[in-house]
Amino acid sequence: MTSGLPRVRGTAAAVFFASIALVAVCIWAAGYDASRAGSAAWNAAFGSPFAFFSGTLKRATPLLTLGIAISVAFRAGVLNIGADGQFLAGAAASVAVALTFSSWPRMVLLPMELLVGACAGAAWAGGAAVLKRRYAVGEVVSTLLLNFVATNLIGYLVRGPLQEPSHSYPQTPQIAPAGRLPILLPGQRLHWGFVIAVAVAIGAWWFFQRTAAGFRMRVVGASPSVAYSAGLIDVGAVQARALIASGAIAGLAGCCEVAGVTYGLYEGLSPGYGYTAIAVALLGGLGAGGVVVSALLFGALAAGADGMQRDAGIPPEFASIAAAMMILGMLIASTVQRARGAAPAPIRSDAGS
Amino acid sequence: MITPTPALELRSIDKRFGSTVALTGASLCVQPGTLHMLLGENGAGKTTLLRIAAGLERPDGGTILLDGAERRWRSRAEAIAGGVGTVEQHFGLVPTMTVAENVALAGPGALTGFSPRRAARTVEEISTRIGLSVDANAVIGDLPVSGQQRVEIIKALAKPPRILILDEPTAVLAPAESLALYEWLRTFVDGGNAAVVITHHVREARANGDAITVLRRGRTVLEAPHRGETEGDVLRAILGEASPGSGLRAGRHAESIASHGDVVLRATAATIADEKGVVRVREASLVVRRGEVLGVAGVEGAGHRELLRALAGRLTPQTGTVEGPDAIGFIPEDRLREALVADFSLTENFILRASGRRRGRIAWRTEAERTARGIAEFDVRGGGPATLAGALSGGNQQRFVLARECDNSPDAVIAESPTRGLDIRASAAALQALRARAAAGAAVVVHSIDIDELLDVADRVIVCRGGQVREVPMRADAIGAALVGVA
Repeated sequence: MTSGLPRVRGTAAAVFFASIALVAVCIWAAGYDASRAGSAAWNAAFGSPFAFFSGTLKRATPLLTLGIAISVAFRAGVLNIGADGQFLAGAAASVAVALTFSSWPRMVLLPMELLVGACAGAAWAGGAAVLKRRYAVGEVVSTLLLNFVATNLIGYLVRGPLQEPSHSYPQTPQIAPAGRLPILLPGQRLHWGFVIAVAVAIGAWWFFQRTAAGFRMRVVGASPSVAYSAGLIDVGAVQARALIASGAIAGLAGCCEVAGVTYGLYEGLSPGYGYTAIAVALLGGLGAGGVVVSALLFGALAAGADGMQRDAGIPPEFASIAAAMMILGMLIASTVQRARGAAPAPIRSDAGS
Repeated sequence: MITPTPALELRSIDKRFGSTVALTGASLCVQPGTLHMLLGENGAGKTTLLRIAAGLERPDGGTILLDGAERRWRSRAEAIAGGVGTVEQHFGLVPTMTVAENVALAGPGALTGFSPRRAARTVEEISTRIGLSVDANAVIGDLPVSGQQRVEIIKALAKPPRILILDEPTAVLAPAESLALYEWLRTFVDGGNAAVVITHHVREARANGDAITVLRRGRTVLEAPHRGETEGDVLRAILGEASPGSGLRAGRHAESIASHGDVVLRATAATIADEKGVVRVREASLVVRRGEVLGVAGVEGAGHRELLRALAGRLTPQTGTVEGPDAIGFIPEDRLREALVADFSLTENFILRASGRRRGRIAWRTEAERTARGIAEFDVRGGGPATLAGALSGGNQQRFVLARECDNSPDAVIAESPTRGLDIRASAAALQALRARAAAGAAVVVHSIDIDELLDVADRVIVCRGGQVREVPMRADAIGAALVGVA
């Protein structure tokens, strides 16, 4: 059952390194010192324990959770492009809860934030799920458009009901310490959200490989007609559930970001995490293990981009170019493999049974 | 009598798609002023042959002659310019645009200087010229299928062709609409033109055509320009006489002497529509008992597909009832579209059956062992439980599907063309497996296009025709006659 895996791994690695090499060429062509850029990026991502824990891993945290959210939907054949909106919905709901019940003890407040965040993400995706199931509205369009709604909703909240008391900045006040996720390692900025992200990844692996419900989602993603005819599976219901579960995980990611990093809500909370997470999920072959690895790589990329800007004066947009190339590369690779009659690369599981 | 030069002649046409041979030395000869019917089962190569004539495919070998002169179409546009118009089975219409816009879109200069008024006038001109009425300003999506087909015909006639090709035009039409279409085609060919029509229905072909050509497995097996043939001849040409010769018949009669058991499957006045909502079976009633094999005969579109799917619980009847057990094995005709996920392992494919009802966790080790037992029992070769289903050959995939659907001894097994695409040996094995299920106490329903095969495997045979279901005697001639509606 693992015969598809080495192929995906090889392809993903090739795409990753080819993209990095191409970006290095771009940096050089734009007149910057590519080798200095490379060493600055490496140092900022892996150069010290602080770089690794507070740079790479901290930045990988939302991408990992969101990457799993995307892969849950994609494996059921639902193209959830709205993880960004679901992330913001979860973040906004969590902040609202944390501000409203700021006097509650951590043991109660924190779990409630996480729960409400996940529910808000699920509800945000649930809108698209209902549209798809009842009115056959394509989820690509509906989830994408809901992203803009979420962005503007945040804009309204930070200027209206949730704005900080002085009313001078478009942001919420900071949430009380009881509502924050604790720091994982003393002296670092890595928080418990990373543990949650890893737990979500393990849970997703277990769900897809070990449970009947997860198996159903994989069948639906592989072939809706087989799912219906041979499996007697209610394809629409399974896809709706996958989309809602995906939204819940994305909402959880939003909660972890505000409770672990920003401690508040402001516009631009997500620099396109939900879109980057699509690249993370595709590069990881949609399997939990692969998504963990690719989230770490993307975290390193983001930390490295910061370092390049800070230490070598190179615009961070080059990191976005690398991410875009990875998405394109994986799409091209999977199309080529499908055309050659091989198993479609990104949909192949990391099944271990 | 001097034979006139054929309007269209295709000589020994070859065509392959990858490793699949679609046509080998197929021929077709259409005389001017005639309505020519092209018959054959699914996959016989009818559509491919006509697509070659229409410039939509290029042949690997053979020649196309138009009025005696050899032609090589490089595109559909060339064929249209040469006088060959086509109405394809699947319409190429934009549903949100009007009739006039769709016709203009297909015409030359579609992208330069479009005027709605001129386009509407063109459509009206064509429709008066050819005597097919259609509202030029109607939106395609609002038209019934027959109206859309009319628009396709008008599109094909915008540049007047001398030869019109129609791929299964009556498949989407009600009987009265079909009649109207053939009346119009008659006036079309009486004007010195020719038409080629693909159909599955022998009756329809004989009633409306001037000549018949039958394809089977990519070859022309019957050319009957003078109607000297009988319906039986045509049917035999379509279906072929080759039988897997499974030798089941002898053994079966002994066991069928013992009377069969309780009713397992029961349909009562069931009216069944296909997935698109077209009613295919009207008020069918039947029972299948424990231990018997019911053979179902029917040519494409006769309703047997919907009947089998309703019995298998894959379609819900519109009216009437279909009762059956919970555990039903279902073997669909198209394995890779409906039965197997090619890049799942055999174990994963094995537990796929009825996984919609599964709860809780999956014990993979146990399931792999169960899969291994099924593989051994049904002699599936070429892999073990961890092999990907797509790596098996077609015959072994079919054996594997049989193994899965017969696992846990379901009370009923329903098989659509279980020998389709299998060689003689694999066919015999599949039929034997179904017989064995019946012997073990299941109710078995099998559809086949091959009459001899039905006689081999079944205890009784019903024939579907035009949505009606009827039991017929177990004789080849009786089944054949019922298939074409003579008896």
